Amino acid sequence: MANQPSIHAGVRALARLKKRRRSEAIFRAFGIAAIVFAMCALAWLLGSIIGTGYKAFYQHSLTLEVELTESILAPNGSRDPDTLRRANYRRIMQEAMFTRFPDIEGLSSADQRAAKRQNFDIMSTSGGPNYIRQMVFKDPAMVGQTITVRIPTSDIVDQYLKGNLNVDVPEVQRKISDRQIAWVKTLRQSGEIKAGFNKRLLFSTDSRDPELAGIASSFVGSLMTMFVTFLLAFPVGVGAAIWLDEFAPKNKAVDFIEININNLAAVPSIVFGLLGLAVLLNWAGMPRSAPIVGGIVLALRTFPTIIIATRSALRAVPPSIRDGALSVGASHVQAVFHHKLPMAAPGILTGSIIGMAQALGETAPLLMIGMVAFLTEIPSSLTEPATALPVQIYLWSDSAEQAWSERTSAAIIILLMVLVTMNGIAIWLRSRLEKRW
Amino acid sequence: MPPRSLLTGRTFMEFSIPAYCALIAAMGVLAYMSAKRRAMHVAAGTVTNEISRSFHSRPNFHGVFAAGLVTLLAFGVMIGGVIAGLPGWLVIALIVVLAGLAFAYTRTTIRANFKARNVVEFAIKSGLVICSTIAVLTTIGIVLSLLFESLRFFKDVPVLDFLTGLQWSPQTALREDQAGQSGAFGAVPVFAGTFLVMLVAISIAAPTGLMIAMYLSEYASKRTRSIVKPAIEILAGVPTVVYGYFALLTVGPTIRSFAESLGASVPTQSAIAAGSVMGVMIIPFISSLSDDVINAVPQSLRDGSYALGATRSETMIKVVFGGALPGIIGALLLAVSRAIGETMIVVMAAGRAANLTANPFEAVTTVTVQIVALLTGDTEFDTAKTLSAFALGLVLFVITLILNVIALIIVRRYRERYD
Repeated sequence: MANQPSIHAGVRALARLKKRRRSEAIFRAFGIAAIVFAMCALAWLLGSIIGTGYKAFYQHSLTLEVELTESILAPNGSRDPDTLRRANYRRIMQEAMFTRFPDIEGLSSADQRAAKRQNFDIMSTSGGPNYIRQMVFKDPAMVGQTITVRIPTSDIVDQYLKGNLNVDVPEVQRKISDRQIAWVKTLRQSGEIKAGFNKRLLFSTDSRDPELAGIASSFVGSLMTMFVTFLLAFPVGVGAAIWLDEFAPKNKAVDFIEININNLAAVPSIVFGLLGLAVLLNWAGMPRSAPIVGGIVLALRTFPTIIIATRSALRAVPPSIRDGALSVGASHVQAVFHHKLPMAAPGILTGSIIGMAQALGETAPLLMIGMVAFLTEIPSSLTEPATALPVQIYLWSDSAEQAWSERTSAAIIILLMVLVTMNGIAIWLRSRLEKRW
Repeated sequence: MPPRSLLTGRTFMEFSIPAYCALIAAMGVLAYMSAKRRAMHVAAGTVTNEISRSFHSRPNFHGVFAAGLVTLLAFGVMIGGVIAGLPGWLVIALIVVLAGLAFAYTRTTIRANFKARNVVEFAIKSGLVICSTIAVLTTIGIVLSLLFESLRFFKDVPVLDFLTGLQWSPQTALREDQAGQSGAFGAVPVFAGTFLVMLVAISIAAPTGLMIAMYLSEYASKRTRSIVKPAIEILAGVPTVVYGYFALLTVGPTIRSFAESLGASVPTQSAIAAGSVMGVMIIPFISSLSDDVINAVPQSLRDGSYALGATRSETMIKVVFGGALPGIIGALLLAVSRAIGETMIVVMAAGRAANLTANPFEAVTTVTVQIVALLTGDTEFDTAKTLSAFALGLVLFVITLILNVIALIIVRRYRERYD
């Protein structure tokens, strides 16, 4: 026996072995390739968003001397609010720009008109006059004085200075004229146009002009919606989980409830939006676009997730805790609420925060209930029209201009940062408070 | 016009509900403190006088009983008052009077043999049961609302035409005299588009997700696993609107310019752009579910295979994969259901016009895209156009329901097999 050649040592056997080892290596390589693919996709996603979005966090603004000419603002000499509200601030700003570039005077009259318009277009054409209007309205005594203001440049100038506009094409094909480029260069060199942190992005409401648009209104809308969602989904989710885990009898009805919950967690979110539209808006007559409706819809979407998280947290608490409480005379309810629930709290909180983070990124159901309002004011109550941050992202993404896509990406960066913070808190809670049994 | 209450025609929430709630909460706290003190007092009295046996329930249960009764009643009055549209002062008067009566009643229950704890615990358990039934109520609400609106739609458009028609153009009238509302409602192109995008997504996500799961569970060191697993899960935490924007801003144009360099023309919005980004979104879903089921396969099966001289990949493919197959199929079904129901990616990157094609390099439309297109911006809810969105929603719900239930049953059976 010992002298016979083993079937594992022959030439064919060695070839077979080599082949098997090779397929082993190939399999392993596939595994690594899959991971690398997923990681590259993630990196590409984040890279493209951050790459376009970071530019929206700074913005160019123009320092300008503005003469608040009385003959334009208040020709009759009165300072009553109505006159001041309706006064021609656009003209004031045009004159201010014209004073800064008096060379325009030398042009032929037809050319002069175009030049004046282009000249004015360097600044944000609605933001500039509005800014002055608000200042004058606050302090009517300013009329007649000359003041120095800082106003945002138009989005075209901003894009040009950020290097996003291709200026190598003929003048008619671009949005910025040779003349404007020359002016902007002058202003840039003299320091009158400067880049600074874009506070408007964070603290302004939505606007038709990209240079003035911000996420404040949609952020507040999201906060309100999340408030309602949490208020509804958290107690209901935790309550349902406690009942299912602790008190529910084992029968068909409870089985049905469990399948229901698992199924609800996998129902497409847009279906919840249809539910909200049909039941809350059309049948119950609740206000359209309101955070309270959005909150209810997202609560219905989120509470199955909270139930599932709570149940696994409750199951992680060893039964001896409950048995101990029962054995010293606590009732079942006391054993659960005094002992089991506090011990499961970190897990429940972690799961709930993750559920809330999901709800915060939810867009489709909110589109269904009309939370797509264009808001120039921050919503102040739960029944007023509002919009949410992800919906704002969707709305902005519709505009193809570079200035908008920059802001869309910036809004995404902000949304992702909020989500990262929420998940970070969840992970921190889990590692800090969770007990291992 | 502000929305009005169904019963009275009053504008909704004309009363300050938070103010009522504050009042009710304050009364509840007062009732609790007062009843608890009273119970302690009475209990102290019974002990010193040695009249009867000791108290059944601890004082705080008497407190909770009083507070619960008062707040529940007051809350009921508030809701009734708001729905019936009573004036604010009347609601407050009713709340105070009825809550006062309830409180007076709870005074009489503070005695040794009143089983306050049992009542309170029964109330708590009932509350928990109600919480659990909300899941069922939600499902019923979804089914009823979708069915109801769909039936209204099917009065105008026969079911068969909807399910088998090849022409989908709800936004535009087919003939001049159609008054602009009922176009063609043949949903087959919409279903086909949904299926095509799903197919692209799954054909990217399934192999990638499975390979990741197999690698992480069989090859990766603990350290690699602890880095790679959370990193993959970041993909699951990114909101879908972000994926949609990524598809629109980056992936679509990239595919287009790549095709152009090959001499082909692909629109920015295409099934391949939407599907591939959706595939990336689904990867963590498949990988973590399959990771679970692969880990549930008993170690003894692996050990047996290794003992026979099999390599790790042979063990994986021929033993573990076979053992985990039902669970993996369940995971894939859940992923398919998710791909079908996904909305934002396709809304932003797949296209709006119905297009019956099997070519992933063309723009297609999906069920969810059509629902969004039909229902956003329109406040008219009685046209066939808007109602058709509910019919599409019903189809979407039924299909995902079937997929989910089959998947849940398979996964459950599978777990029981190895438990």
